[in-house]
Amino acid sequence: MKIPKSWLNDYVKFNSSIEDISHSLTMAGNEVENIKKIGYLKDVVVGEINDIRSHPNADNLQLVSVDNGSTIKEVVCGAENIYVGQKIAFAFIGAELFNPYENELKEKFTLKPSKIRGVISEGMICSEKELGIGNDHSGILNLDSKIEVGTAISEVIGDSILELSLTPNRPDCLGVLGIAREISAITKSKLILPKVDYISNDINVNSLVSVEIQSDDLCERYLGAVIKGVKIQSSPNWLQNRLIAIGERPINNIVDVTNYVMFEIGQPLHAFDYSTISGKKILVRTAKKNEKIITLDNQNRELNSTMLVISDPQKIIGIAGVMGGKNSEITDETTAIFLESATFNSSNIRKTSKSLNLTSQATLRFEKGLKPGLAEFAIKRAINMILDIAGGECSKGFIDEFSNNFSEEKYARPIFLDRNFACKILGFNTEDKIISETFERLGFNINLSKNGWNVYVPFWRTDLNIPEDLIEEIARIVGYDNFPSTTISDQLPVWRPTLDLDLKRNITDYLVEFGMQEIISYSATNIQSEKRLEFIDNFPPPIKISNPISNEFNILRRTLRESILNCVSKNSHTWKHPISVFEIGRVFFETNEDLPQEKTMLNGAFAGQRFDLHWDFDENKKFDYFDAKGAVEYIMEKLRIEVKFKIFNESTFIDGRCAKIFSGENFKMEIGILGQIDPKILSMFDSHFQEVYLFEIDIDVLLKIYSINKNFDFYTPFSKHQNSYRDISIIVNDFEEVENVLEIVRKEKLVSNVHLTDIYRGEDIKKDKKVITIRIEYQSSQKTLKSTQISKIEGKILFNLNKSLGAELRS
Amino acid sequence: MIGQLKNKSLADLKLVNSLDSLEEWRVNYLGRKGELTKILRSIGSLPDDQRKKIGSESNLLRVLLEDQYKKIKPKLESNLSVYSSVDITLPGRKDHIGRLHPITSIIREISSAFADMGFNIVEGTESEIEHYNFDLLNIPFDHPARDQWDTIWLDRPNRKDNLLRTHTSPMQARIMENTEPPIRVITPGKCYRYEATDSTHEWHFHQIEGLVVGENISFSDLKGTLYEFAKRIFGSDRKVRFRCDFFPFVEPGVDMSIDWKGDWIEILGAGMVHPKVFQGVGYDPDKYKGFAFGMGPERIAMLRYNIEDIRQFFSNDLRFLSQF
Repeated sequence: MKIPKSWLNDYVKFNSSIEDISHSLTMAGNEVENIKKIGYLKDVVVGEINDIRSHPNADNLQLVSVDNGSTIKEVVCGAENIYVGQKIAFAFIGAELFNPYENELKEKFTLKPSKIRGVISEGMICSEKELGIGNDHSGILNLDSKIEVGTAISEVIGDSILELSLTPNRPDCLGVLGIAREISAITKSKLILPKVDYISNDINVNSLVSVEIQSDDLCERYLGAVIKGVKIQSSPNWLQNRLIAIGERPINNIVDVTNYVMFEIGQPLHAFDYSTISGKKILVRTAKKNEKIITLDNQNRELNSTMLVISDPQKIIGIAGVMGGKNSEITDETTAIFLESATFNSSNIRKTSKSLNLTSQATLRFEKGLKPGLAEFAIKRAINMILDIAGGECSKGFIDEFSNNFSEEKYARPIFLDRNFACKILGFNTEDKIISETFERLGFNINLSKNGWNVYVPFWRTDLNIPEDLIEEIARIVGYDNFPSTTISDQLPVWRPTLDLDLKRNITDYLVEFGMQEIISYSATNIQSEKRLEFIDNFPPPIKISNPISNEFNILRRTLRESILNCVSKNSHTWKHPISVFEIGRVFFETNEDLPQEKTMLNGAFAGQRFDLHWDFDENKKFDYFDAKGAVEYIMEKLRIEVKFKIFNESTFIDGRCAKIFSGENFKMEIGILGQIDPKILSMFDSHFQEVYLFEIDIDVLLKIYSINKNFDFYTPFSKHQNSYRDISIIVNDFEEVENVLEIVRKEKLVSNVHLTDIYRGEDIKKDKKVITIRIEYQSSQKTLKSTQISKIEGKILFNLNKSLGAELRS
Repeated sequence: MIGQLKNKSLADLKLVNSLDSLEEWRVNYLGRKGELTKILRSIGSLPDDQRKKIGSESNLLRVLLEDQYKKIKPKLESNLSVYSSVDITLPGRKDHIGRLHPITSIIREISSAFADMGFNIVEGTESEIEHYNFDLLNIPFDHPARDQWDTIWLDRPNRKDNLLRTHTSPMQARIMENTEPPIRVITPGKCYRYEATDSTHEWHFHQIEGLVVGENISFSDLKGTLYEFAKRIFGSDRKVRFRCDFFPFVEPGVDMSIDWKGDWIEILGAGMVHPKVFQGVGYDPDKYKGFAFGMGPERIAMLRYNIEDIRQFFSNDLRFLSQF
């Protein structure tokens, strides 16, 4: 909403700067986003025309002598509305003016010295448009003859346009008067109400037109008046300029007045050409199925039976509260008008406006809910202005129909504000006087009683329904900044454990320690992109988005693999360092429940060179499977959760380079998967890398194990006896998984630790065999083991290895 | 005697700077006629009371000197002397530096500021039911206030009321339904809006919601709590502004802005919980009072790190992420 300061000043005078006023408005809830200054032009002053002569070389130009207070300048001028003694806006050479041949008032030009048809012009007499304050370029701007010559033009035409961002609960502030009321309350200045009185003739309005409300739910009150003998023409300049200043287009004097009153008071009005109303009867009813109307914007609109219309017995003449019909439009030939001011149902207007995709200044106001009292105030104001501007005579009285559901009591009922309640919520004790004064300044009638206030909410305020609403009024007028700041004195709540958040936080920290970068990707994707990962076909169909922001994001993701591979691929072209990234995020699945299933997953990926360039690191070393596995092991060892890896084939990964991860009791719970990405899949991701390694862990499953573990993580006393180690090398079948060897060794009671130190294949070893070298640590909690005891255990281990795996000691 | 020999031999070793001088050293102490060898050979002829002590001491010294010899020899062979100086400016050995996503960092920072004030932290679902996202928050279907939350709707077979939460506020209702006051809780998480994206708008973003409910909670408590938060996150010198604003689920409503390079930047919306919200979850609005607030970590991160384009947060470009 745009509001010119000059317009505000009609209702409230203030001495503070417009910046201070804007700040106060903002603090009280009506945010001023911007202040636009107009008419502040340098090198333009008030001048007086001393002499007019004809141009020697052009019939339509004149030579004008202008006194600008300091000098007399000779100007070539083409305007017809000039006369000697006239006060005008004179621009010196160098002034920056608006391009009059452009409608938006955006382009400026600098006035240059020029010769027009052989005569030098020493300046310019400006039109409204050239000054950027209106759209009139038919002649020059005529100034008040009392203004002194030489006065800076900004002192005469300068104005500030406030651009407000208003909240939806305050339709009253969608009118200049509403904002003036706020200023009056904040600055304690007197409010000057617009004139609403007028003189009517003796013809009773009821003899000219009748109105019937047929839809009681949708129209609470309908006011109408008939004005005959109006002369349709352009509005006076001041009125046009005000509309232009707030971004509206002037149309004709009648339409302009209805708009003006809407922007002044907040009540939308509509004027019909009286002669087009058949039967001189207005029906307020819902549309019949398939009824149509051509609206003022020349659109043919098909209506439905929920939409409220204004009609005569034969035809629809307007969509109530939304837009008038073309058939009853005010034209140059119009001589009599029927003026409508009504209170329509807010949600119905909103629904109609949405389904017709037709939003207007009227719907923006009606949909927020207006009170019937406002309609009466507005119609009186409009009649006053129309008679003044367009002439004519207004018939006696006005149509004033109420819906059968109308309850005057509803609007007259006061809200009781309990004093203790107010102080409790505000958090400090306020003087009665301050509260009473606040309400009075806002224009509320009050009754002070023993325990509080009965507050009568005026017709322009629709947002005040409960005592809390009144408390906000006190708070905002007193100023939020003037409140004390206190710490909560209420009881502390019970602390609740949040294992899920702890687990996520811990894993995030571990992976960052491990050297990985956390990423966050979009939760939505599209089916084609996700399908690049074939394994997704095993999942139920995705959850679709009804109104996607774009086709790129029209389903909820079911895996994090896609986004992490996207991330790796995208960065592969721009990031010349090792890439190791991870994400913890949600994936979504269909269920029979109220909401989709949301699972929390962890994905990590490694690609590219293993190390940054470094004098002591191998620059050719790349990430491999064991980096991904190392990350998983790192997390699990940190969490003290035991896991086992089992080889597995899955389409995302290369066969033989993929493992599933198990944990929990007997390692029966599958918690994730890891491996090297299949090159076929990688090729669909525009990746610069041949090798990408990925691990995935289901955080929800891990959480179950984590919460059990949490209860058992006791400390074990360590042995105080010396430990010893021996290295052995055994020959096993090449296909044997090392884990099988280690497991047999670990089973032995006095073995405290096993390290794999080397794997060897070579010419001195049979082709299908390999040599595994392990270091076995032995320790007892009871005593220091003797060499003979160790040899005995070692013998047993070798025996078991031989029995189970056919392993032999390498001599 | 053995002690002196140990000191002497180790001191000599420090002078060793080539394979030749190392060999010379070895011969001097460990060679056939070396000083230590001589002692070892003479042990047998020592009196009983000395033999045991000197025997074990000299053997230990032998092991030590042999160890030293073995250690130093390969280094001399590789021409790098262990004793010569190193270039202390050479980069050290370390693995990659992992980093948190900036949004995670900000959420953690804000969470811990509130945790210090006795707040619990919980998370909710990212998909929501219209009833929780709007109705229970006093945003009825046909009210223009809904226009403030452009919604992304889900297309589910049997449900037409599922959406991606437009704010974390539905957690207010869910928490109150499951908990008795007193409540102090914050709920961080992802939110979604049906919104065209540009440098300051993203359809996918985060919010942190806060809720306090009790029998003695006032507007001044709201102000005090949020001012404390602002001090911790933006520094105690930062100017903070509290102004009236409108959100359907609070009354009175608040907008909190901070002074940022001379402009007031809104960082948070808040207010006293609307009695209708209490009624909706079965709380007695006469007994309980409370306040709620919500803020956007992206907005705060943008201010803190001078980030101009919100879309960078989810582009996952390592050139961006590696800076936090």
